[in-house]
Amino acid sequence: MIQNVFWFLTFLAIISACMVVFSRNPIHSVLYLIITFFALSGHYLLLNAQFLAVVNIIVYAGAIMVLFLFVIMFLNLRRETEVQKPIAVKFAAVISGLILLAVLLGALLKADIQPGSEVDSQIGLVENLGKVLFSDFLLPFELASVLFLVAMVGAIMLGKRDPGEPTI
Amino acid sequence: MDPLIVNALIILSIFGITLLIATYSTWAERKVAGFIQDRLGPNRAGWGGLMQPLADAGKMFFKEDFIPAHANKWLFIFGPSLAMLTACMASAVIPFGDSFIIGENIVLVQAIEVNIGILYVFGVVSLGVYGLMIGGWASNNKFSLLGAVRAASQNISYELAMGLSIIAIILMSGSLSLRTIVEGQHGGNWNILYQPLGFIIFLTCAFAECNRTPFDLPECETELIGGYHTEYSSMKLGFYLFAEYINMFASSAVTACLFFGGFNYPGMDAVQNELIKSLGESTGHNIATGIGIAVMFAKILFGIFFFMWVRWTLPRFRYDQLMNLGWKGLIPAAILNVILTGAGILLEMRWLSWVAVLIVIGIAVLQASISQKKELRAQRA
Repeated sequence: MIQNVFWFLTFLAIISACMVVFSRNPIHSVLYLIITFFALSGHYLLLNAQFLAVVNIIVYAGAIMVLFLFVIMFLNLRRETEVQKPIAVKFAAVISGLILLAVLLGALLKADIQPGSEVDSQIGLVENLGKVLFSDFLLPFELASVLFLVAMVGAIMLGKRDPGEPTI
Repeated sequence: MDPLIVNALIILSIFGITLLIATYSTWAERKVAGFIQDRLGPNRAGWGGLMQPLADAGKMFFKEDFIPAHANKWLFIFGPSLAMLTACMASAVIPFGDSFIIGENIVLVQAIEVNIGILYVFGVVSLGVYGLMIGGWASNNKFSLLGAVRAASQNISYELAMGLSIIAIILMSGSLSLRTIVEGQHGGNWNILYQPLGFIIFLTCAFAECNRTPFDLPECETELIGGYHTEYSSMKLGFYLFAEYINMFASSAVTACLFFGGFNYPGMDAVQNELIKSLGESTGHNIATGIGIAVMFAKILFGIFFFMWVRWTLPRFRYDQLMNLGWKGLIPAAILNVILTGAGILLEMRWLSWVAVLIVIGIAVLQASISQKKELRAQRA
């Protein structure tokens, strides 16, 4: 039963991730990406990581993808106005994708988890996650929050009007 | 009885009650509007117009179901379905009552008990905007698109302040589970007594998230015809309107759980002890639970009434006022509230967030007086 759910979610994630790339309409791409996020959240739930599952939905599906849709709706893209990207950009995209794949493969090959080995099934719950984040990984966590603060300040700086620029 | 069957019954009845209350909210909305505007409201269909929701549903179903020529057909249908789906999902984690003892088993009056309940509600609410956005975009109409874009920006802006106001509650109760939050308010320790500013921010954001007046700018008739549902007719339009009432029910229920103690009421321990003494362990407990459920629903219904009361009292905001209130008013106030709540927990002074209320009122008065002086100076000059 659980295995079937796993396979269903996996196929859903991969197929909709492919559809993100292959759709001609950017709005459809965003909607397929949202389905991908939901499939990933389902995987988190299967791993008993409810907090990660919900936060994934709140942050990615609920906020970031809404902003994506928001911008794309304003751009009003049509098929006639679609720009053919230069071949160099396509090559760069493929190469950077392959580099990411290499990193993931390397990490997975190095990982040493036997199928039957003891794993704490409660590790994904919010209490344990919080304890780990605020004890063992406190410095990276704080650095990440400083990074967010910098990004916020940067966004405000970019959005601010220069003195003398007309208002509205 | 098998506990699984009881659980299924509870889930089904929560779903049914959600829909029933939403249906009769449409009737109550008109009655309340009639009362506030000194007229009768619906009174033709049935006694006091009680059959009016059924008549409306019948009308909606038999109207022409129209899909515009250049609309994106599947997304056009998907929009209202999604709005309805997300609206119905939110009430799954809300604890409507304590528990029933049936034979050996204890059954919670709650569809699912998860340890991240409030985050689940928050996630579902953040998905609710997709129904409006997809429907508005798929209509292929400029006004619908503007309504959809407004809905998106409004929901994102107010989600932030809402999340921050919930963080203060989570700090107070130390859990993300709605049941634990409710049980932590046992004995008159309702969170509204300790979190007044958080409550006001949460309520304002709930109005904005439900697209209710005074924040119903996505469907602002004076500017956008009908907003995101301009092109919709028949039951698709009905789904959009109905989803709004279900959202009202869900947000009233969440407000009752977070700030008004859920199924807790003053003197509930005494009532439960008396009932157990006179009727026996399980029957007494079950009846006490029933009273708790009734109290919870009284709180929810008052919340829905409050939504309607505000709708027929306050005029609609302007769009820049909405954004200014969200980003420059509520978010800084919510951050202040979180900081002072944290300090209050550290120093064991739970009332410390009242200081946040005083500070916010002080700043507001100061700002108003300064802007008045500026205006006077401008008039003299």
